[in-house]
Amino acid sequence: MNLIEHIKQPWPWYVAGPLIGLSVPLLLVLGNKRLGVSSSLRHICAACFPANISFFKYDWKREAWNLFFVAGIFVGGIIAATILNNPEPININPKLIHELRQYHVNDYSALMPTGIFSWQGLLTVRGFVLIVSGGFLVGFGTRYAGGCTSGHAIMGLSTLQWPSLIATVCFMTGGFIMANLILPMILKF
Amino acid sequence: MEIAEKKQTIIKETNSDFEVRSLDSLCINESELKHPWYHNIKYFFVGLLFGIILVKAEIISWFRIQEMFRFQSFHMYGVIGSAVVVGIISVWAIKKFNVKTIYGEPIEFHPKQFNMGQIFGGLLFGFGWALTGACPGPLFAQIGAGSTVVIIALISAIAGTWFYGLVRNILPH
Repeated sequence: MNLIEHIKQPWPWYVAGPLIGLSVPLLLVLGNKRLGVSSSLRHICAACFPANISFFKYDWKREAWNLFFVAGIFVGGIIAATILNNPEPININPKLIHELRQYHVNDYSALMPTGIFSWQGLLTVRGFVLIVSGGFLVGFGTRYAGGCTSGHAIMGLSTLQWPSLIATVCFMTGGFIMANLILPMILKF
Repeated sequence: MEIAEKKQTIIKETNSDFEVRSLDSLCINESELKHPWYHNIKYFFVGLLFGIILVKAEIISWFRIQEMFRFQSFHMYGVIGSAVVVGIISVWAIKKFNVKTIYGEPIEFHPKQFNMGQIFGGLLFGFGWALTGACPGPLFAQIGAGSTVVIIALISAIAGTWFYGLVRNILPH
């Protein structure tokens, strides 16, 4: 198996995790930047719709590095899904397959359930709730918490900040509640 | 490379934001101001690698996130856990060996203040994470990887951030 074929396979956690961890010192050494993605959403608001809200009245251009960073994530997604694409269906836990079958989620050809995360899916009740309200909660919650998985769970914990530990525990708690208690009701629609 | 003059500015407003440097720290290093915009291109390439990792390790997968929140797979715990371990060791090494940036500046760390936002906002973000199967980084990567409908989720996330800015003064912090 040559190198490109090898890279096309799904990467195990012990490869991906340490590489993500290395982005912390890389960004620090390149220019004292702290890993964080959700603040890009704030910069977009500040740049496009400040609306005289004090939270968005700051010089976003000084934080422009973060917008270059998320543009890179976008293009990285394109590269990973084209020249590094793995055509095999995703390999997931049979228990999850069994559970999702009740909700008529049967397509494992992509990384996302295509019946829900597609333009047709957006017009269904559950698709609309997952995409639109889910997105809203991601944007609102990360800013209220002052960071997301990268800013709190990875950067915050790497610098041993206990508020980031609290935030990370709350991220996981919220996820457990939603995935196990509320999401099954939404998926019935 | 000219090392720009550092300015220390005192900001009176306390800020809950962990990622935005401009408002949340007592000392602001403004040296980056002196660099032309194209110095930011290097962060594009860091993001590029970050995006490839997010897709190839299937971190952007809604299914992987559902597995994580149902304790059905170790994968995501392994990713986040090993990233944190490598991050902790790296930050320790930077402090221990007094590593400088490529511009010769000292690397700074700012302690964070706890506020109630980390609890309430954290829970709300957790809800959103389980619904969309994406935290903010994967939103950008999913769109790149071809799930164009996630543009709607991203717009909604921007709207959520904007709404937070609108109501933040009446929220408990």
